[in-house]
Amino acid sequence: MPAPAQQRIIFQHIDEPGYTNDIECYLRNGGYEVLKKSVARPPADLIDEVKKSGLRGRGGAGFPCGVKWGLVDRKSGKPIYLIVNADESEPGTFKDRYIMHQDPHQLIEGTIISCFANNVKQAYIYIRGEMPEGARILEKAIAEARAKNFVGPNILGTGYSCEIYVHRGAGAYICGEETGLIESLEGKRANPRIKPPYFPAVLGLYQCPTIVNNVETLCHVRYIAEHGGEAYSKIGTPGNTGTRIFCVSGHVQRPGYYEFPAGTITMGQLLNDVCGGPLPGRTFKAVIPGGSSAKVLRFGERYKGKRKVGADMVDYDWGVEDVPMDFDSLAMIGSMGGSGGVIVMDDTVNMVEALANINAFYSHESCGQCTPCREGSLWMKKISARMVHGDARPQDGALLKSVADQIPGRTICAFGEACSWPTQSFIIKFKDEFDAYSEVKKTLPADRRVLV
Amino acid sequence: MNLKPETFQRIDEVITHYPVKRSATLPLLHLIQEDAGHISDEAITWIAQKLELQPINVLEVVTFYPMFRRAPIGRRHIKVCRTLSCALSGGYKTCETFEKEFCTHRGEISPDGEVTVEFVECLASCGTAPVVLIDETLHTKVDATKAKQLSDQIKAEAAARK
Ligand SMILES: Cc1cc2nc3c(=O)[nH]c(=O)nc-3n(C[C@H](O)[C@H](O)[C@H](O)COP(=O)(O)O)c2cc1C
Ligand code: SF4
Ligand code: FES
Repeated sequence: MPAPAQQRIIFQHIDEPGYTNDIECYLRNGGYEVLKKSVARPPADLIDEVKKSGLRGRGGAGFPCGVKWGLVDRKSGKPIYLIVNADESEPGTFKDRYIMHQDPHQLIEGTIISCFANNVKQAYIYIRGEMPEGARILEKAIAEARAKNFVGPNILGTGYSCEIYVHRGAGAYICGEETGLIESLEGKRANPRIKPPYFPAVLGLYQCPTIVNNVETLCHVRYIAEHGGEAYSKIGTPGNTGTRIFCVSGHVQRPGYYEFPAGTITMGQLLNDVCGGPLPGRTFKAVIPGGSSAKVLRFGERYKGKRKVGADMVDYDWGVEDVPMDFDSLAMIGSMGGSGGVIVMDDTVNMVEALANINAFYSHESCGQCTPCREGSLWMKKISARMVHGDARPQDGALLKSVADQIPGRTICAFGEACSWPTQSFIIKFKDEFDAYSEVKKTLPADRRVLV
Repeated sequence: MNLKPETFQRIDEVITHYPVKRSATLPLLHLIQEDAGHISDEAITWIAQKLELQPINVLEVVTFYPMFRRAPIGRRHIKVCRTLSCALSGGYKTCETFEKEFCTHRGEISPDGEVTVEFVECLASCGTAPVVLIDETLHTKVDATKAKQLSDQIKAEAAARK
């Protein structure tokens, strides 16, 4: 089956010739019309539309946005904050960058609509420090929107006021985790908070109820406010509504970003039809489907079980190529859709070396609060780096896995899972390569590509 | 503190963005580092005073976040992405090329004072790997050849300044 056509609702104007990131261009394309209509509606209606839409967060966990908004403590009398998570730092993910650089007003409009719906008076966009240009673009866009009365005091004469400020991070991945982000925004080390009791919806920024949403999620809210939750829920598949942006990187002919109705495209269609297949003379070996912490899939393996299709349970028997790229299917086969970052590796990659690269990342980024995560990620890095650069032993795979197995479920935040999943899945699925590495290493060409 | 008048202005402005002064710690560190090149002891005490904190509250932030530095670096900052997608496309070779071109090692100032080359983690542009951030500009698909070109450009700009 050929791949379905792209449906660009969020990336509609990305890379469009002549489309610029200033407000005049946005207004010419119908910008801020949705905001005008939204502020004339009761806020509760907008929340209902988002609930009806089935929108799931695009930051990684896929948590339903309407449910998240429903958890916000509105009785405390404290101000409610909204934070746009623009930290985009999960390796393999690069969608929010293009929204902020090329279409910042889409994000600002989505943000103000979400603030209005939730009675938020102050929003912050937390953008990673390595995007100085993005921060400048957003600041300029907010100033433009303020000058036109879309942001700031008494928006469009409604009596509703809301400010947005841009806050820059400084190179720490853990600031993407929402409670780490909140600590960072409070001017501290980004040490994630323990839940309970620190659920952002109740005790977030300055101990006030706080909504944290990903950049892309808020752009979907803008679309939902325009077309209605019902219409949105018809895009994609039940439970996986709307579109999904896939960021494909690594060993394919045409890496890049592609937006499809969720669940309508399979991994094989995405990699072969859309991305042009493997590089000349190579074959696909492995793919990480949802950012570097998602469990790796090995080409050639099969996934079997029963799944729900409509009201029926049907058998499935999939190869990697057959898996529909939605949250639920990827979870069913033991991995995850995460942030949509698809990293492809072909037969030139040695999996021990690829894992050593990933382990170096997680060890560098652990915030260090929890012993299993801090020590575990460090030892996984040390062992895998030793295998590559020093002595490798046949039992190292088992050793690595025994370290990884002791981390998940024993930490404050989900980074513990994120750093152990790559090691666990690489070693289970490529045991042969780990076992043989000490021998294979002797025969590898000296001038091969270095991964770590 | 010896800073440009404009920096002081921006510092006073940014503090108003937050209901709690401490939140301005990262913005102040960015502004001062942009102006002064690095974060000195004096800057830490100054920020602490400005935000009514203890110096340790500022120091612990500086040491946590990789972007803040306690010592000067070369005139240009070359940050090469080290993470998987870039490595799969030759990022290590890219980094080596810069090191060779400027006779330097990762994390050190080159002998001519022109650059500091560094590895950083994923820069969120993995689809255009390998990527390099030079000061504030992102360069995409920087293979060894393009790394050489960029190096030549930096050298030419340095020569023109002399
Ligand atoms: C270690 C870790 C890193 C994360 N990094 C990001 C990130 O860079 N960007 C992001 O939007 N969410 C990130 N998240 C998810 C956030 O914690 C949070 O769930 C998300 O911002 C919620 O927004 P959403 O519901 O709109 O997806 C991360 C989570 C963890 C555990
Ligand atoms: S799991 Fe890791 S990153 Fe998360 S709080 Fe613990 S040490 Fe920090
Ligand atoms: S891996 Fe280099 S930009 Fe993401």
